[in-house]
Amino acid sequence: MRSFEYTRAESTGAATRDAATGGTFIAGGTNLLDLMKLEVMAPEALIDINRLDLNQIEGTEDGGLRIGALVTNSDLANDSRVRRNWPVLSRALLAGASGQLRNKATTGGNLLQRTRCLYFYDRAMPCNKRAPGSGCAARDGFNRILAVLGTSEHCIATHPSDMAVAMRALGAEAETLKEDGTTRRLTLEELYLLPGDRPDRETVLEPGELITAVVLPAPVRARQTYRKVRDRASYAFALVSVAGIVAMENGRITKANLAFGGLAPKPWRDAAVEELLTGEAPSDALFNRAADLLLADAQGFGGNDFKLPLTRRTLVSVLTELTQEARI
Amino acid sequence: MTEHFKMETPATERRLDDMAQGLVGAPLDRPEGPLKVTGTATYANEWQIEGMAHGVMVRAPGNSGRVILANRDDVAKLPGVLAVIQDDRLLRNPAQGTANEAPVQSPHHAAYLGQLIAVVVAETFEQARHAAQSLQVTLENAQMVQVDPATAAVEPQDGQALDQGDLDAAMRDAPHSVDLVYTTPSHSSAPMEPHASIASWQGGDLTLRGSYQMLKYNRNELADSLGIHPDRVRIISPYVGGGFGSKLGLAPEAVAAAIAAQELGRPVSVALQRPQVFEATMRRSETRQRVRLAADAEGRLTGLGHDARVSNLPGESFAEPVLQASHFLYAGANRRMSLELARLHRMCAGSVRAPGEAVGVTVLENAMDELAHEIGIDPVALRLRNIPEKDPESGKDYSSRRFREALESGAEAFGWADRPGVKERREGEWLIGYGMASAARVNVLMESQARVTLLPDGTARVETDMTDIGTGTYAILGQIAGDMLGLPRDRVEVVLGDTTLPPAAGSGGSWGASSSGTSVYLACEAIRRQLAQRLEVDEHDLTLKDGRATYANQVKSLSDILQGDEIAKLGHVKPGDTSTDVRQATFGAYFAEVAVHAASGETRIRRMHGSFAAGRILNAKTARSQCLGGMTFGIGIALTEELAFDPRDGHVANHNLAEYHIPVNADVPQLTVELLEERDDWANPMQAKGIGELGICGAAAAITNAIHNATGVRVRDYPATLDKVIAGM
Repeated sequence: MRSFEYTRAESTGAATRDAATGGTFIAGGTNLLDLMKLEVMAPEALIDINRLDLNQIEGTEDGGLRIGALVTNSDLANDSRVRRNWPVLSRALLAGASGQLRNKATTGGNLLQRTRCLYFYDRAMPCNKRAPGSGCAARDGFNRILAVLGTSEHCIATHPSDMAVAMRALGAEAETLKEDGTTRRLTLEELYLLPGDRPDRETVLEPGELITAVVLPAPVRARQTYRKVRDRASYAFALVSVAGIVAMENGRITKANLAFGGLAPKPWRDAAVEELLTGEAPSDALFNRAADLLLADAQGFGGNDFKLPLTRRTLVSVLTELTQEARI
Repeated sequence: MTEHFKMETPATERRLDDMAQGLVGAPLDRPEGPLKVTGTATYANEWQIEGMAHGVMVRAPGNSGRVILANRDDVAKLPGVLAVIQDDRLLRNPAQGTANEAPVQSPHHAAYLGQLIAVVVAETFEQARHAAQSLQVTLENAQMVQVDPATAAVEPQDGQALDQGDLDAAMRDAPHSVDLVYTTPSHSSAPMEPHASIASWQGGDLTLRGSYQMLKYNRNELADSLGIHPDRVRIISPYVGGGFGSKLGLAPEAVAAAIAAQELGRPVSVALQRPQVFEATMRRSETRQRVRLAADAEGRLTGLGHDARVSNLPGESFAEPVLQASHFLYAGANRRMSLELARLHRMCAGSVRAPGEAVGVTVLENAMDELAHEIGIDPVALRLRNIPEKDPESGKDYSSRRFREALESGAEAFGWADRPGVKERREGEWLIGYGMASAARVNVLMESQARVTLLPDGTARVETDMTDIGTGTYAILGQIAGDMLGLPRDRVEVVLGDTTLPPAAGSGGSWGASSSGTSVYLACEAIRRQLAQRLEVDEHDLTLKDGRATYANQVKSLSDILQGDEIAKLGHVKPGDTSTDVRQATFGAYFAEVAVHAASGETRIRRMHGSFAAGRILNAKTARSQCLGGMTFGIGIALTEELAFDPRDGHVANHNLAEYHIPVNADVPQLTVELLEERDDWANPMQAKGIGELGICGAAAAITNAIHNATGVRVRDYPATLDKVIAGM
């Protein structure tokens, strides 16, 4: 760990100003501190935002929910409104990390956590995300946990969050505050970048821009589930995960919001897949066509080839579960 | 006064059965337990010593070439840095268990990626870590070296080869046979406490606070590494936060701390970073195992072949002893076995959690399951049918062996009779299967010494350099002494983990409890004789209980007998003819129920049972805990654990606890353990055998056999991760 300056932010405005000149926000620190110990990240200054008033969960006028960026994963997962109306989010949160980590990790920090690609964490290895231009050791290395969608020749890292996958399916938006005092709302689609030739750039956030909240739209009448497939029953990142929100009417699918974790550099959502399902009667054949479409451009790198059949099987299983009663 | 004893003939007297205090065998708590769970037991790296500096070790970034510290002078000038040390005496890899001499010392040439080649010392840990990370290490004349066991040159281990009868003919003529290849990956010990040492010198005398399993060997290994006399070295290691083999031999941080402390003239602490524990201590070798089984129409084995390939660094003699239990577990007149060692540049291979049997019995038990399936008989019945009367190779008797009882009693306890057919039981999306496997592990007695002192106030102190690596040594040595001297457990103090105390066998190979326990027993027996002498009675007529002696219709307290004196005796046991006159081993059986998800291929273990026989059980609670731990590691071998080596340079890619998947609580269901009553007169005067590793020796096979029962899929490449399961579904 390199020496760094430490500032405790007194206000969101002060935080963004301090961060704009080279500071890095710290909230729970569950990922950042590890990265600093390994010197994979070496911020010159830490802006501690933990004392800011960003830890409320409150209803919005249109029936949605505004989640302060500092709400912990544990608090959010156990919020009665979330459990009742957005259960996919609660389930996703509880599928992530461990109890101790969820007590510390925050909503904003969870969105911005870094990949768990093993080569990103090992400074003896080339990694375009950590050291742009050095190459990607993962492509021909141990890539069991890495991405099959949205990759580039420069990077095959995955985004490790479970929470963000559920939020993506829910159509959540991040509220941010910029250094100049303006705010904006970003869907998670807009927030995250694909690696392309700049895998070191992971989001559109500008220097100093602070996520202050995540806003969930009003709940919809639909069945929700979060299915996480992993190498051990707890404390393991998703090999593939599916956040599914599916509504049925008269034996036909009227809504199918599907987001995927463990497959791509960001929580993955494919509008064409959802379109294909919408208006159709559920069947194995339909679900397999959806998987065909989802995986049309998927590419494995040897050690993660199994993610393609695994994703298909998991998607079919999740869609079967979410449409089951209506099929009888 | 030393009580020497060599185990030459069976100890049929079974004196512990006659002691009045009733401690041995009782499920007593560990006396040090409260210290550990309250964080007040001081582990090696937790000592705060005046003037202590901190060292962090630096790894080689490649697997060959001459090591150059490119910016050494710049790093030396970083804030707080006291020294950048690349001393000739630094270790290439840890010593193998019981090596008793320095391992290869080579900080100037890289043999594997992750080798520790220097130590940077600074005033604070953070300064040292930053400086270590800032040191640019380059490798001059690096070459392409072999890192793949499949293509590496191999050395046959001739001493392990066996060719008895005609296995080829047996296979050809058998109505039923299997010829299978299984592979198991490398495993890490992954102890929770990283390897850590604090060295301080007083003149020419070194004191090392470390985390080690076998102090008498470690002291000699450290002295030899430094080129000093062992008398100048003291190692203190009262608490060890898990070893599992990785702390059997001296590890690089100890030598680094000692050299740095000497150079700087102040105490130096060096703890391995978590990735370094994974990359630079010991791995269990991966194995490739071919098993051939031939059976007659009734399922009686006529042939048994077991051929294995393992690997290690060039020059390292350790070869995972895969075949160890295959020699004696089952019958079969025609037998062939061989072991070959591939030479490659991965981290050093050594003892990890029951070396040999943990993976060898596992694969043998998979093959037995496949054979039972092939014949169409109950896997338990196949095993019962093949329990040999005598050792099938040497013709010797077994010292004690409640193998049949473990199979039968375990099957009964588990409800094996309800076993579904293959792919027969389904609950929703979960496929349910049962599986079983046998357990077997060699039993060993090692030389060990302990001093027991009966103090004038009627309390006792047990002293030995034996270690407690979380196993329960403090508990059981106190129980043995308490029983023999007639003292409640809280009137016996047990002092361990210091090389100034009598040298013990150390913790490893499942021999710690029986070896060090026997030394305590012997010392106590000598004390009893002296007490009897004072009372002028025969020692056998003396009943000791609750601090009082009862003899010839009289009762007298120990303090009255002692009259202000203390009695100190040294017990010293050595293995003798009973180690070779008979086959000594422990046995058992595992039963598991799994649920495999029909879509994802994820396996969840629903319940698991083990029945074990390991001679006299010294403490029913700590023995059970050992079995629970072993079965948990069995779950790891079966489902999750694999050191992932980068195919290009052989480095450990998943070098942390997040990506090296030890089973977590959610992976471990309700485990039940049955300990069968047994006395082994050939083992030692306590009739106890080792139980530390028995719980892992075959456990994984019960799970993978259950996966087959649930799904019809045989995963022959461990671990049975979901990708391999769905590939067969």
